[in-house]
Amino acid sequence: MTVGVLLGPQRLAPIVGEAVEMLKIDGKIAAITAGWQEREAEDQELCAALGNTSVNLMLHARGEAVFRDDPDFFAAHRAKQDRLRHLQELYRLRLASALKGARRVQQATAPRDLIESELEEALQALRLLDTHHAAKVRHIEEEFERKVRPLERPALRRQLREIDALLAECSGVAIAGGHVAVLYNRLRLFDLRSRIADLPVMAWSAGAMAVSDRIVLFHDSPPQGRGNAEVLGAGLGLFPGVVVLPHARRRLMLHDHGRISVFARRFAGATCIALDERCWVKFEGARWVTGPNTFQLCSDGRLVDPSASNPPPDRPETAAIRA
Amino acid sequence: MPSATPSAIQTLLRQGPVSDAAVAEFLAAHTFPIIEGRQATFVYQGAADAVHLRHWVYGLASSQSFHRVEGTQLWHHTLELPPQSRVEYKFEVVQNGQHQWIRDPLNPNLAHDPFGANSVCAGQGYRRPAWTEPDPEARQGTVKEMLFKETKLGGPRRVSVYLPARFRETRRYPLLIVHDGGDYMRYASLQTVLDNLIHRLEVAPLVVALTHPGDRLSEYPNHPGHAAFIAEQVLPEMKAKFPLYDAPASRCLMGASFGGVAALATAWRYPGTFGRLLLQSGSFAFTDIGENKRGPTFAKVVEFINAFRDKPGKPSEKVYLSCGTYESLIYENRSMVPVLQQTGMEVRYEEARDGHNWENWRDRLRSGLSWLFPGPLWMVYE
Repeated sequence: MTVGVLLGPQRLAPIVGEAVEMLKIDGKIAAITAGWQEREAEDQELCAALGNTSVNLMLHARGEAVFRDDPDFFAAHRAKQDRLRHLQELYRLRLASALKGARRVQQATAPRDLIESELEEALQALRLLDTHHAAKVRHIEEEFERKVRPLERPALRRQLREIDALLAECSGVAIAGGHVAVLYNRLRLFDLRSRIADLPVMAWSAGAMAVSDRIVLFHDSPPQGRGNAEVLGAGLGLFPGVVVLPHARRRLMLHDHGRISVFARRFAGATCIALDERCWVKFEGARWVTGPNTFQLCSDGRLVDPSASNPPPDRPETAAIRA
Repeated sequence: MPSATPSAIQTLLRQGPVSDAAVAEFLAAHTFPIIEGRQATFVYQGAADAVHLRHWVYGLASSQSFHRVEGTQLWHHTLELPPQSRVEYKFEVVQNGQHQWIRDPLNPNLAHDPFGANSVCAGQGYRRPAWTEPDPEARQGTVKEMLFKETKLGGPRRVSVYLPARFRETRRYPLLIVHDGGDYMRYASLQTVLDNLIHRLEVAPLVVALTHPGDRLSEYPNHPGHAAFIAEQVLPEMKAKFPLYDAPASRCLMGASFGGVAALATAWRYPGTFGRLLLQSGSFAFTDIGENKRGPTFAKVVEFINAFRDKPGKPSEKVYLSCGTYESLIYENRSMVPVLQQTGMEVRYEEARDGHNWENWRDRLRSGLSWLFPGPLWMVYE
């Protein structure tokens, strides 16, 4: 059972220091900034926020070193990524039609009970599409790992030994945001799930997405036009039961109740949590509690503070504890 | 409908006889042209027998006469200008039988093109997009030169190559091939736009081949040598020299005006090679019946577009098309949309209240490039 805190963006109003205290971490902290890619080592501000007790695992650079030292592995990895990219594009095509259908049903003029039953079926189709997509992604990942056996390759093992040595000195882990796919790939490549599961974990933005059990990409108004939220795949699954939405105020049209309702209902079974600046969710295994002003997206399209006195109707009681 | 509130020029004229001091005060009190709601008032001060506004707004008389304020050398003309409009213009000053085209002396805003510069009138609500201006936080890409000593066009050709900031040999990039690349860089701020949009994560880091034409009017309208140069020389050389994704969806041809025709014609001749097209104000002239009315320069264009409209095939997968509503080519571009859609290609078409000019094409680059090559904004959560 992993203990941890998921946080909103840390650049403008960092509270990661408060998270260190919340988790009672006393000692070195392993920092993971692979989501920053080539800028991974530019971690001075982060080190300061962590009280200058951190050591960067440099997972991005280590990945590049593995690719350089093992060209066959690099080629196989690239082929796998190409396949995943194609799969994601095909999923997007199906998703666009399915979401358009759901929204058109939602906005139709017809008796309310008929709209509701048709909408629920449209949402079921969406859930099925998302679930199947995540399963196909997992299948490609597992097939790659079965065939290529990354963890048995000398180039990777060299890096793992060093990572293990660094982690052995650490009392906690901090995972920063950035490019969520790159971050997740590095975490998976170096089998970080099993390596950090027993340590308290602080993760924010893309980091929080990557350690949850489902990574959902979203942006309602990117420059190329309205985006459809999509499942990238499973996360590490250290903190289950939530869909983490960093920068929700900037990236989601939170005032559009219809749109938010479809979003929340589509991912029902998990709780969609908006993680903006100064927001947090503290986990002890599957149980979680939110900080002030940390909102949940509800099935009726409203935003509700789960830490407020009246619990929202669709909050999974088994997963929730009160602040 | 006349505005209920008198315009600045009406206020001046209502004073009765206008003194030199009143003119000086009027000139000092305003920036020009004066934009008041949907009206733009152009002003010229100087000795003249007549003054005309010369602009490139299709649908309006291209020459519009100014009125002189009696007893002064102040000339004015008011034009209806819908919101978000952007119009390039000059003044034609007539004096002693001489007709001289000049830029508006009272307006510092200029747009440059291969023929010089025009004054720019920005209607209500138009702002130059911030992403077209240099951003000190955006890392700059680099530009290299390549030389093709022998080409399918005969003789050597230079191609400039833009590499994005933080370019890495170990990564792969989509390829954008830009017709009239030098003009796009000079007049449409293409490098600044690429640097900014890549920095903002709105457009994927791209490798860009910027071609420089010889005689573009003969090379661009469906010239087999041009298409072969792009598809059989530039593309293979770029693939050999740079780490590119090897898929049609990661290759785009881009061009404006005749360059748009060249991009479309090349994709048409090499279907399945270029999965993305970015066509701005394409010179897609055609005839349904009878002779081409645009003159001999367009003869090859019309021949090609007629053939394309007859049998478009499926030259690409995804096409971004844009045109200014003040262009004479607006009808041809609108007509092209259903033709492209019927091929099964994904088509996005955008219009702007602007003319056939480089700044119109600059202002549409964000929507075109971000749609064809969305950046990692979707994936990045800092």
